[in-house]
Amino acid sequence: MPSQLVKEYFRTENLPHIWCPGCGNGIVTRAIVKAIDNLGLNKDEVCVVSGIGCSSRASGYLDFNTIHTTHGRALAFATGIKLAKPNLKVIVITGDGDASAIGGNHLIHAARRNIDITTIVFNNNTYGMTGGQYSPTTPTGDKGTTAPFGNIDMNFDLCELAKAAGATYVSRSTIFTANMLIKQVENGIKNNGFSFIEALTICPTYYGRKNRKGEAVDMMVYLKENAINIAAYDKLPKEQREGKFVIGEIYKSKRPEYTEEYQKIIDSFSEGV
Amino acid sequence: MVDKNIKLMQGNEACVEAAIVAGMKFYAGYPITPSTEIAELSAEKLPRVGGRFIQMEDEIASISAVIGASIAGVKSMTATSGPGFSLKQEGIGYAVITETPCVIVNVQRGGPSTGMPTAPGQGDIMQARWGTHGDHSIIALYPWSVKEIYHTTIKAFNLSEKYRTPVLLLLDEVIGHMRESIELPKEDEIEIYNRKKPTCPPEEYKPYKVKEGDIVPEMAGFGEGYRFHVTGLTHDETGFPSNNGNIAENLIKRLVSKIEDNKDDIVEIDEYLLDDAEIAIVAFGSTARSAKSAVDILREEGIKVGLFRPITIWPFADKQLIELSKKVSRLVVVEMNLGQYYLAVDRVASKHTKVEKFGRVSGELITPQEIVDYIKEV
Repeated sequence: MPSQLVKEYFRTENLPHIWCPGCGNGIVTRAIVKAIDNLGLNKDEVCVVSGIGCSSRASGYLDFNTIHTTHGRALAFATGIKLAKPNLKVIVITGDGDASAIGGNHLIHAARRNIDITTIVFNNNTYGMTGGQYSPTTPTGDKGTTAPFGNIDMNFDLCELAKAAGATYVSRSTIFTANMLIKQVENGIKNNGFSFIEALTICPTYYGRKNRKGEAVDMMVYLKENAINIAAYDKLPKEQREGKFVIGEIYKSKRPEYTEEYQKIIDSFSEGV
Repeated sequence: MVDKNIKLMQGNEACVEAAIVAGMKFYAGYPITPSTEIAELSAEKLPRVGGRFIQMEDEIASISAVIGASIAGVKSMTATSGPGFSLKQEGIGYAVITETPCVIVNVQRGGPSTGMPTAPGQGDIMQARWGTHGDHSIIALYPWSVKEIYHTTIKAFNLSEKYRTPVLLLLDEVIGHMRESIELPKEDEIEIYNRKKPTCPPEEYKPYKVKEGDIVPEMAGFGEGYRFHVTGLTHDETGFPSNNGNIAENLIKRLVSKIEDNKDDIVEIDEYLLDDAEIAIVAFGSTARSAKSAVDILREEGIKVGLFRPITIWPFADKQLIELSKKVSRLVVVEMNLGQYYLAVDRVASKHTKVEKFGRVSGELITPQEIVDYIKEV
């Protein structure tokens, strides 16, 4: 029996989902709908836009205005939707490759505009849909099917990227700290501007197996043991930060929101009439 | 005479004026020569009519934003040129399979690649037809004057709404940048077509089901209470993805036939002195203007030549060209490329007549005299 939350917000006729056993995407997707439920948003006014990849299949399971776009372009489609109907709450679901490789340009410019879109990146450190190639967030040295001798690229810190590009709400959580993730999605949606939430998730099927990370539970334990809240992280001596990563609300600021600024231009003409 | 509204207008400007009359409320673009005036004028005019303009970070973002805005219920357009047209093919395919109305203007320039950005060329004829991957049909219009840019832009919007498909408007650099006087039609002389919206209760709405007697499915917009799903994957009537081979094949065949089976409505051609012609020139855009002058010169010399000018270049006017090929001894396709439309004409007409090509890719216009000389020499 599906839970009340699933019955209310999922298109149950499209379940079961396509994700592998042990995949963390379900936890992130649930966190998003739980946040929407907590905020009491009208389903008709929520628009979920996704790109291409495992995580981006989530849009089809959710009972909102939903669109599964092309690889990397979710934010560009979302920008058109938001400008056409500024009253919509626009949420983008994307993966690490979708958001920061093929869609990297769209990410930095959506952040720069501070357009009121909430982006949730399901970061599983790999291209899962295509079978485990290394992505911009695969840690240096780790393996992928296209990095058989270890990845020599430096991996992206997506939150630092979003912050530098101009996002006004930046946070990170994990599928282990799901309640924190729910709260972050709520705060991201409430932020009147571009919100960027990195949800660290797991891919035991490809990334985990290729890098001998163990079963799904082992990978969850890894997230639990190495995630450190931002307040604690700042107090940590440098040598103890090795291998750890920050979770929490990393950056918040206030800047004019894009569609509101454009509305002012429109209003300046209608006032004269 | 007083009530006539005659303006001196640039081609690119006529395109924007007409788009606004047709109902454009969203434009997303990226600067590229020689189409830039279309973006600049849209930026200037749209907020005055309650519409919105955005300069996106690149060409792909522009077409993506245009499709997003259209699915949200707003008539949308973008403009570009050669290299940008290549980048937009990804989005054009998405608009085809998701049946999203939108207008893409391509003010052509010399190619391939960066080519000759400020010189005219007609090298995107086949890219317009087959630029995006996979089987599909496409509507592409090709005006030859500033006045006709105005009318075909409105037609492009109307066809995109009626057939729920991206419509391409191919302009020549010289016509986009040329100024001509144009008498603007009155509001009641212009026919505007808007997409058919569903009237059924949301729980009964199937976003990709074609009602009996309709050509395309009714189209709700995001935020209108229908909560439907859109995907670039092959999908069934509900809009959700399907890997079923029959569903995929039926979808693709329906997308192609909604255009190919309605050529009588979509295809527009212009004929000049073809009734008694023994030789017919096939040309479009600025090249057709030279061809028309060439016809006049040759007629003065007693040579029976006429002009066949497709305004709709895709879908292909095969019926009309086959008919014509049975009446003339020579069909000469004149275009600023090395023979692209010629391929399509030759395929249907060579059975009945001699099909020839005359073209160039130097970035210079083909003059009437050059056409005259070619026709007399061969």
